[in-house]
Amino acid sequence: MSTMLAEYLPILIFLGISIVMVTVMLGASYVIARQRPDSEKNAPYECGFEAFGDARRPFDVRFYLVAILFIIFDLEVAFLFPWAVSLGEVGLFGFWSMMVFLGVLTVGFIYEWKKGALEWD
Amino acid sequence: MQTFLYEDIVPLFPELTVATAAIVLLMVGVFRGDRSTRSLVWAAILALAGALAILVQEPERSVIVLRGMFVADPFALFAKVLILVGSGFALVMSISYIEREAMDRFEYPILILFATLGMMMMVSANNLISLYVGLELQSLALYVVAALRRDSLRSTEAGLKYFVLGALSSGLLLYGCSLIYGFTGTTSFDALTDVFTERGTQPSLGLLIGLIFLIAGLAFKVSAVPFHMWTPDVYEGAPTPVTAFFAVAPKVAAMALFLRAIIAPFAELTGQWQQVIVLISIASMLLGAFAAIHQTNIKRLMAYSSIGHMGFALVGLAAGTPEGVRGVLIYLAIYVAMNVGTFACILCMRQKDGMVESIADLSGLSRNHPVRAAFFALFLFSLAGIPPLAGFFAKFYIFVAAVNAGLYALAIIGVLASVVGAYYYLRIVKIMYFDAPAEPFVRPIGGEMTVVLGVTGAFTLFYVFYPAPLVAAAQTAAYALFP
Amino acid sequence: MIIPEIAFYLFSVVAIASAFMVVAARNPVHSVLFLILTFFNAAGLFVLLGAEFLAMILVIVYVGAVAVLFLFVVMMLDINFVELRQGFLQYMPVGVAIGIVLLIELVFVLGTWVIVPEAKVFAEAPPPANVTNTHALGQILYTEYVYLFQAAGLVLLVAMVGAIVLTLRTREGVRRQSAFAQTHRRREDAIEIKKVLPGQGA
Repeated sequence: MSTMLAEYLPILIFLGISIVMVTVMLGASYVIARQRPDSEKNAPYECGFEAFGDARRPFDVRFYLVAILFIIFDLEVAFLFPWAVSLGEVGLFGFWSMMVFLGVLTVGFIYEWKKGALEWD
Repeated sequence: MQTFLYEDIVPLFPELTVATAAIVLLMVGVFRGDRSTRSLVWAAILALAGALAILVQEPERSVIVLRGMFVADPFALFAKVLILVGSGFALVMSISYIEREAMDRFEYPILILFATLGMMMMVSANNLISLYVGLELQSLALYVVAALRRDSLRSTEAGLKYFVLGALSSGLLLYGCSLIYGFTGTTSFDALTDVFTERGTQPSLGLLIGLIFLIAGLAFKVSAVPFHMWTPDVYEGAPTPVTAFFAVAPKVAAMALFLRAIIAPFAELTGQWQQVIVLISIASMLLGAFAAIHQTNIKRLMAYSSIGHMGFALVGLAAGTPEGVRGVLIYLAIYVAMNVGTFACILCMRQKDGMVESIADLSGLSRNHPVRAAFFALFLFSLAGIPPLAGFFAKFYIFVAAVNAGLYALAIIGVLASVVGAYYYLRIVKIMYFDAPAEPFVRPIGGEMTVVLGVTGAFTLFYVFYPAPLVAAAQTAAYALFP
Repeated sequence: MIIPEIAFYLFSVVAIASAFMVVAARNPVHSVLFLILTFFNAAGLFVLLGAEFLAMILVIVYVGAVAVLFLFVVMMLDINFVELRQGFLQYMPVGVAIGIVLLIELVFVLGTWVIVPEAKVFAEAPPPANVTNTHALGQILYTEYVYLFQAAGLVLLVAMVGAIVLTLRTREGVRRQSAFAQTHRRREDAIEIKKVLPGQGA
């Protein structure tokens, strides 16, 4: 257990160093530099046109479709990792078990391809 | 390295049939487009019939396969027959609707097949994990079919409401499952049965809270009060054939799951869960009876009616005896027949310019369409529980079981609630027979509707002469739950 | 060893703080970013528990995909968030009450382990020796739990079908490219050689 955690020690150290670095850099610039904000400085474009509208405009629903299809295949790939590691032990049964799983999702893939869900007009 | 044997797969053949059919039909549909919807619906009905044939010709036995995940016993058999019949009828009833109302999307029969598969997995679950996976497969497909008419505001609203509240209930259920696992160290129903007797520990508070969460999640799925809020909106908003499906198959599956998850694994805690079930049962019966009185939309009325009926069915579960479980199963079978028939009548409510679903449109139906009015009145009388129709016997078995289990108060409240409930069913009959005729409905209702009406009507009317086979099957099924 | 304890408190404090900020942030996009921070810290807690695979899945699926989806949804919805905030205060008492009920429940639940020490044996799931977390999962997921594994595949398939059924719209009047039609054009379909005699025109 603790040997497993010891392997993560470098990551923890890296995390600690990066947090300290970021805090120091941001904090120092906040403390040391002079800050005199005015309305022009805080505007999205300091020089140029006045902003005439909100930057947040409603997205197309197609982005959502792409994202959700991505999640589904992301999950599918997540199932592949333990399979790849333990394929030696799970044998032929484990192999075909995964093939059936992939087959079902390939059916889904054919479905969405044929439906045109992967096309962007 | 252990692998599975052929014997492990045999009990799964009905499920595999439905799953394979769904996948094959998905491929056929996507290559042939929406114009194949009609033939796909028929193919889906054929697949359900095939699964039913495989199911009933299997020898009657109790086996637990796939490392205790899946159980095939008379109880599962009974519930699966009801589910397959209910889904099949729902598909038959939707054939002419999807053509007329431009709902011809070929995914519809496929999603129904997946939902049915999920329900079959639910009633065969022998483990909290397989329970959840089956439930999710069913729910996910149901959310989509509820919102299938995505250009209709009410349909999308129904889908969204169903999804948000359904996800919440799944969350409650999972929280309960995790607590149960945390306090017993197992998710298997068999091991849960043994956990108190073998290890000799008292049920801890955490386990009890887990059980309550589990009950809350399941009550959501059967739409028992106080978890019923989604039902009227979803029933009203969803396309009518989908509503018919919702009112039949998922209710059976959820109630069967309720029985399986509570009765045997938590037999030691009967005293504790009995109180909760009694409470939600009384609340559902009363709300179903009183809230339906002022409804003007027939689908909304059916939603409250189904809430009330689930309350009656829960009376049998509250009894906690084999007799009570037998009562619930008979109730579900009769409920399926009555509801399929009623929704067939509702689906025939079509005037020149489209479907109507207000109760006022039914006025004077007896003069415009005497046969249809007679059938509708038959189902409504049966739903109200008037002897000698099937609906009366459904309630009769339940209340006898409650009385024998010593739940006198529950039985009395149930009888009173059914008297109040009878009022609104009879009000519709009165509107049909004694009010001035409204605009007549479109005449030919289609051959498949006639068959559905005939079959369910005959069952409702003639059950009194030949109740033995159903009672015997329910008896065998009920005893399978009690080790 | 004190380092795991320090890491635990670090991760949990940041997780709770950022979870609070998810609710409290003024800008919904910031809420999503705080949610990502919460996920990261939860992943750290999973590592401390020894569930390495879950930690990685949390980062890959939740941070990589679900958070992106949330961002899309937040940007897709045309909602006036200032208006939404006003409802926030109105519903806060209810929310706080539910939170307190959940807290009491958690205290009760965890309290039983103190009151009834025997119940604790069930809660312990000793990690298998000599195999890594991912390896141990792989050994049972595809064989012991094949039923659930395939059922999960079907759930994913239904999710895919459902997402397409509900959101995909084919637009009218769009000229699409068809690579198949392009490569299968033959010379005879495209060009025609006409002998044009002088003085007669085409």
